[in-house]
Amino acid sequence: MSKLVRFAADILYPVVLIFGLYIVAHGHITPGGGFQGGAVIATGVALVIVAYSYKEVIGWIGKGGLMAREVIGLMGFIGVALFAFLFGMPFFYNYLAGQGGLFGVPVAFGPNPGELNTGGTVPLMNFAVGIEVWGGLSLVILYLLSGLIEKKDQEEEGS
Amino acid sequence: MRKAVTAIVLIALLITLVAMILPLTFGSPLMSDMDDYFIRFGQEQTGNNNECTAVVFDYRGFDTIGESTVLFTAVIGTGLMFRRLFGGEEVEDE
Amino acid sequence: MLWNLPFIAVVVITMIGLVTILLKKNLIKVMLGINILQSAANLFLISLGYREGGIAPIFTLAPSTHMVLPTPQALCLTSIVIGLATSALMLSFAVIIHKKYGTVDLDKIRRLQG
Repeated sequence: MSKLVRFAADILYPVVLIFGLYIVAHGHITPGGGFQGGAVIATGVALVIVAYSYKEVIGWIGKGGLMAREVIGLMGFIGVALFAFLFGMPFFYNYLAGQGGLFGVPVAFGPNPGELNTGGTVPLMNFAVGIEVWGGLSLVILYLLSGLIEKKDQEEEGS
Repeated sequence: MRKAVTAIVLIALLITLVAMILPLTFGSPLMSDMDDYFIRFGQEQTGNNNECTAVVFDYRGFDTIGESTVLFTAVIGTGLMFRRLFGGEEVEDE
Repeated sequence: MLWNLPFIAVVVITMIGLVTILLKKNLIKVMLGINILQSAANLFLISLGYREGGIAPIFTLAPSTHMVLPTPQALCLTSIVIGLATSALMLSFAVIIHKKYGTVDLDKIRRLQG
């Protein structure tokens, strides 16, 4: 695209990234969560792909980074759930909630202003799922785009 | 003939759907015991202000684990179809 | 019947999706019909969970504790993500089919029918 669009994408991509991470990090007190924040970050990646060409973007992002993000997200999600076995609790037990310490401030019933240091294992799972959705959706966009470009190359060769 | 069969099937589906929604009333759910429990005790048990997140990641975590696995599998499947340009080796299975 | 308007909308959207799936010949349009059907399912779940005068189930600075049901919304989140995964897979299949056969018209893809 033109230079103006690239400049706007350069400015907007960090903003979109920070906004997505904000949605992921505040998933347990405000509307949002891992899936939504990851989708917002993937939208930022799509913006960069639209502004620049596919071949430039594939040089920056690399093959393994997004796949590594996806795998680390899924393994982290299952790992956080599996840690409950160390405390003698069943799978997916919220072993951090209400204990004090990390994400463990107890919350009473009723409306409150919201405290970031609550939620138990939920913020950790939010981060894991956010990273997974970031990598997954970006990879889907890149894969579909690579298929379309492959098809266009074949048509040019054939004609 | 084929159009007539299609129209009959569609009209039967429409009648079924209308019969399904007739006993429902918008604004008053039939059963809400489980959700009342989540709203009442969700904050004390999980520490979340956002009850949707509490249900997704804590009370119904197995659903979310399946969901993540489905997303992962879909990405892997899409990659298997388009691996030729995205860094994979040339595989011709014709 | 105005108070049942979301359920009537569910019926209308479901019928649009089913007609699109059954009658259209273009593969992309069939895919859009599947997505419309999924939207109808999501709207049905959300409408089932609405409570008269309720607010979103989030306690941060909430004006009251009279809330709508959280479980249908959580399951809709699951449904949306799975719909996105199936959409990606269906688009991939459409691209592959267009590459192999040169068309996405279901009547012209005779070789698939055996």
